[in-house]
Amino acid sequence: MVMSETTLRQEVTGLDTLETPVGSGPSLGSRAWSATWPKAAALLLALAGWQVVVWSGWRPTYVLPGPVTVFGELGERLGDGTLITAASITLRRALTGFALAVLAGTVVGSLVTRIKVLRTAVGSLITGVQTMPSIAWFPFAILLFKLSEQAILFVVVLGAAPAIANGLISGTDHIPPIYIRAGRVLGARDLSLFRYVILPACLPSFVAGLKQGWSFAWRSLMAGELLVIIANRPSIGVQLQIAREFADAAGLLATMIVILCIGIAVDTLLFGSLDRLIRRRWGLIDTNT
Amino acid sequence: MTATLTATTLESPPRPAPQPALHAEEVSKVFGAGPAAVFALDRLSLEVCPGEFVCVVGASGCGKSTLLHMAAGLEAPTSGCITVDGRSALMFQDPALFPWLTTAGNVDLALRLQKVPRSARRSRVASLLETVHLGEFAAKRPHELSGGMRQRVALARAFAQDADVLLMDEPFGALDAMTRDLLHAELESLWGALDLTIVFVTHNVREAVRLADRVFVLTSRPGRLAASFDVPIPRPRRIETPEVSALAAEITDRLRREVRRHGHV
Repeated sequence: MVMSETTLRQEVTGLDTLETPVGSGPSLGSRAWSATWPKAAALLLALAGWQVVVWSGWRPTYVLPGPVTVFGELGERLGDGTLITAASITLRRALTGFALAVLAGTVVGSLVTRIKVLRTAVGSLITGVQTMPSIAWFPFAILLFKLSEQAILFVVVLGAAPAIANGLISGTDHIPPIYIRAGRVLGARDLSLFRYVILPACLPSFVAGLKQGWSFAWRSLMAGELLVIIANRPSIGVQLQIAREFADAAGLLATMIVILCIGIAVDTLLFGSLDRLIRRRWGLIDTNT
Repeated sequence: MTATLTATTLESPPRPAPQPALHAEEVSKVFGAGPAAVFALDRLSLEVCPGEFVCVVGASGCGKSTLLHMAAGLEAPTSGCITVDGRSALMFQDPALFPWLTTAGNVDLALRLQKVPRSARRSRVASLLETVHLGEFAAKRPHELSGGMRQRVALARAFAQDADVLLMDEPFGALDAMTRDLLHAELESLWGALDLTIVFVTHNVREAVRLADRVFVLTSRPGRLAASFDVPIPRPRRIETPEVSALAAEITDRLRREVRRHGHV
């Protein structure tokens, strides 16, 4: 029997249809619900625990106020704009610092992956700088830049850039060799190989580095704002200092809640969803769960 | 390898005897050095004519993959020379599609790396995917496709390189029998339609007889050319026919004799 062109086409496409998975995963609503309820439950439990400690009378309420007082204070400060102004000053610093760190980290990371000698020379140094607590940089930064924005940015960049560079470096280390070979076979050489194969192949690890870099940047920034206080810049760090000096426990906790919320929001909303998007595209997530 | 390539393309005025599409002369490849050195290939010489479909079979360790990698320029021979007349494309057992690109994106990258202008790429990608019957799957990502479909995308990507010689390294080794049968038919019909030379490496002797005009049998450690069989069975063929089985049995006997040489009593 001779297989005609149409028969072949029919059989090939038929097999494709049979081999393509059918049906879709759970609906958007049920996915949103299953992602939200554990978080809401954990939050409620934490708040309840806090309230129980307050009720137990372990500390007087002017030192440890309950959640109701603190959220009242938070609402008031958001309402009169104090915390909004503070958060915008701090966020502007965070974004500037993080952007500079991304630039520095990417440049250093790419150079280190592409040049072997450089890697031997500074590869372990990058990790070393990363393990250095950022607060230890501040005395030096203040000597260098006085009490200025630059001092804060300096430390934020030093805190975040190594994590970003390391993300890129470990990403290129973990590229399956078959991708490099396939790229070469397709005619990619040095620069085109870097641009079309190596760079996209290390994207997941690079995003993980960005995520980690962000948390280092945010931490360094908070430390910086407590130490480097600049006149007429009522940042979040300044709010914390003022609240401590006036023994304003409710204001202090309200400010801390803002810090926590910004940190979580950027981490999950920005980097978390970026990470999920990449993993879904690459097929690293089981879509049925 | 690039040097020899340019040399052969430069001096190719029409000649009575056609230039072989692939020519290996006294090619040796040694891995390691000193007493631990392994001869993957030892002074192997062979020629493949333009438009010919040849299969290379051999037991493990005969250096058949090494031969293809050297022809593709991924590795250099230790001695001897291997030349491809025109351009070559290589396909692996692993489809090696890039997970960050869609099906169409993977084919498009091959064109982009060949410096095909953007305006021409769109329609080229569509027609290449149509050739392997995957037009509807252009926007899918590799992980959404079955193994056979991925290998067909890899085939389309290899065609995108507009190569004269297609080198295939056990491309269907990881597929189930039914998918493999269909891909054999598909490859055979594409090869018939295009002006293409195919060098197909496999350890599956029936597959070799099903596909090839000529089957080369290699010895193992060191890899040498043991025999070459013409396959005079008319196309299109089927893998189940008695003619295919009979010739496959003959080649298998030859291979077994080779393997026995390495056994102990």
